[in-house]
Amino acid sequence: MTSLSTAARQEKIRSGLKKRHRAETRFRLYGATAITFGLMCVLFLFSDITSKGYKAFQLTYINLNVTYDEDVLGVSDASDLSQMALGDFHGAVKAGLRDRFTDVNGRKNKRELYSILSNGAGYTLRDQLKENPNLLNTTANMWLIADDDVDTYFKSLNNKDGPFKGRMTENKETWLQSLIESGEVETRFNTNFFSKGDSREPELAGIYGATMGSFYTLLITIILAFPLGVAAAVYLEEFALRNRWTNFIEVNINNLAAVPSIIFGLLGLAVFINFFDVPRSVPLVGGLVLTLMTLPTIIISSRAAIKSVPPSIREAAIGVGASPMQVVLHHVLPLAMPGMLTGAIIGMARALGETAPLLMIGMVAFIVDVPTGFNDPATALPVQIFLWADSPERAFVEKTSAAIMVLLAFLVIMNTVAVVLRKRLERRWM
Amino acid sequence: MRIISIKNYIIVVSLLSFSSSLFAASRDYISVVGSSTVYPFATVVAERFGKNTGSLTPKIESTGSGGGMKLFCSGIGTKYPDITNSSRRIKESEFKKCQDNGVTEIIEVLIGYDGIVLSNSIQSKKMNLTRKDIYLALADKIPNSNGKLVKNPNKTWQDVNPSLPDKAIVVIGPPPTSGTRDAFVELAMEGGAKSFKALKALRKSKDSNKIIEMMRDLDIPASAFNEKGKKVFKAITHAIREDGAYIEAGENDNLIIQKLEANPDALGIFGYSFLDQNSDKVQGSTVELVEPTFESIADKSYSIARPLYFYIKKAHINVVPRIADYAAEFSSEKAWGPEGYLADKGMIPMNKDLRSKFSDDIKNMTIMKGVE
Repeated sequence: MTSLSTAARQEKIRSGLKKRHRAETRFRLYGATAITFGLMCVLFLFSDITSKGYKAFQLTYINLNVTYDEDVLGVSDASDLSQMALGDFHGAVKAGLRDRFTDVNGRKNKRELYSILSNGAGYTLRDQLKENPNLLNTTANMWLIADDDVDTYFKSLNNKDGPFKGRMTENKETWLQSLIESGEVETRFNTNFFSKGDSREPELAGIYGATMGSFYTLLITIILAFPLGVAAAVYLEEFALRNRWTNFIEVNINNLAAVPSIIFGLLGLAVFINFFDVPRSVPLVGGLVLTLMTLPTIIISSRAAIKSVPPSIREAAIGVGASPMQVVLHHVLPLAMPGMLTGAIIGMARALGETAPLLMIGMVAFIVDVPTGFNDPATALPVQIFLWADSPERAFVEKTSAAIMVLLAFLVIMNTVAVVLRKRLERRWM
Repeated sequence: MRIISIKNYIIVVSLLSFSSSLFAASRDYISVVGSSTVYPFATVVAERFGKNTGSLTPKIESTGSGGGMKLFCSGIGTKYPDITNSSRRIKESEFKKCQDNGVTEIIEVLIGYDGIVLSNSIQSKKMNLTRKDIYLALADKIPNSNGKLVKNPNKTWQDVNPSLPDKAIVVIGPPPTSGTRDAFVELAMEGGAKSFKALKALRKSKDSNKIIEMMRDLDIPASAFNEKGKKVFKAITHAIREDGAYIEAGENDNLIIQKLEANPDALGIFGYSFLDQNSDKVQGSTVELVEPTFESIADKSYSIARPLYFYIKKAHINVVPRIADYAAEFSSEKAWGPEGYLADKGMIPMNKDLRSKFSDDIKNMTIMKGVE
């Protein structure tokens, strides 16, 4: 160094300057590329799912005149529930189709004709008649749900490489064409998707059952995990002595947070189902398992929130004569609450998206009835997506994507709430 | 956080833990577990059953055939399932486990068949295969010209059979845990291996000395020995090559179809109902010149088809409501008949005699004696 004169040193710096500037630009570019790449991936995911799934929010309906004929239905009194349960409402739908297409003959052709309407159409008729028993022996003009094959075909009519024919036969196409020409086919908003449970008929399947299952499961989880997590965090931060035991516990909590979720499923199966005899497939057992899974996350984030409350607050409270319990309940907890809630919401969001532990405790199941409590068999949103993705029927492809959109919407909402809470309630300590 | 709300929490939590000790006593819905292959059919029946009768819809879990049997055979009582679905017959070991756990009265019902297809993308030419071709293409070890078992040297389909295209062997199929894989190796691989005399003789043999001799001739390591030649035969033929020609693709058949679209040279193995629903994307290869169609699987001219079953725990009938009604719905003509709604979903129906035999078994609650 000393051998260099000032001028020579400056010269050396100047010659290297260009290179350093280039390195600087490159370094920034790397970061920008990483972000662009991430954004592109997210954009691709969202556009792919949306393009596949948006059609699921529409459902094809076919207009038909249906007669509530006493003889066809086998119902003489529409207020008699046992008669209504046995009534042949599909028969009435079939009769309606025969009247619309009078030139269809032969058993095979008729079967084909019947298959353009969903078998849910009969249940629509039954519900209508149940609501209004006076309809018996009258003819009504109704919009009935089309079969999933027809639905997919109709919605893909404007595709550039032609409609999806799949299981459509020539006859069915001709019939549908004549219905389209007379304006008796239209798509409407798919209310079934938001108001019904699972079904094996894609046109009748909905996510309401799975959503309620997720709701009850998460309710159990938050009721159990939040107070337990907060209590554990308060004890560890405020009261526990620093010794080998607390260190041991701390290491273990951190490890538990990283344990794969399927392990918690196995634990739940062994402990709750096999030992405590909690029934399989119910939100209660799902909630218990997810509690085990989210507890470490909540404890860790709660401890961080408590740590961020400055010691001066505690000292001031003690100084005016508060007991340690009062310090915690009146001062530390209220100030740490935003951070704790944020942690809890993020933990819940993770629990909402979890499938693996539910597999072990029987929540991966076909459940039609919408659960009404903690003890009804239920499934969860991500599980519903998994089950639909595995179904052979073509129309479930769009249903799967639509369910993913709903799940993503829930996750985005939960995470936004967490961010807003933090921004709104967090106090900065100078 | 106020103290009162903490108190509320304690009350709710203790109520919850109290209520959890109350259930397990009764269950008012039917619990079904088992095969993922039967799942799409059983669920349709369950849904119609629930909607038509207005009672609770049975809960159906897709656990796989083996997993279902394990749960089913664990014991009697409402915490165990009432019915298990299976894409193969109950095994001797499973039947014995059932008996040991007190599940002594089981009603066996055959419901129909499912074809397994080897398909490729419609962008490429349809393949005409035989079971022998399939065996020679996919087995881990095959007999060479000297009659010795060697590591499978075949790289292209032309190596297997000169009439097949000169394309690398790439087959995407289910993993060993899957029932489809079990059925595939049993029907296609074993079927193909039987076309070799030495292997066929080994399968038939029950004489230990002869088996050892045959194994020496075939160059099979002595460690694979079993008193039953059939078991040795199975061990050899069930092994699928692991050098990359066979790709395991998880149990999701829709995924296999997507992969076939992306790679027109590959073949995929999956159930017939998926071929039926995706005819715009994939085509089924013929096996012994028979197209996999609804009719050819039903009349058994298409050789790779497997039976589908469900098993009912008789002790649960009348304890859990409506089990018999559910079974009756399943075995009604409008469900499993040739024009029934299960056929619409891709299940291949049985012939009339078998249908009436098994629906009688349900009506009379005929208990299975054993697995022969």
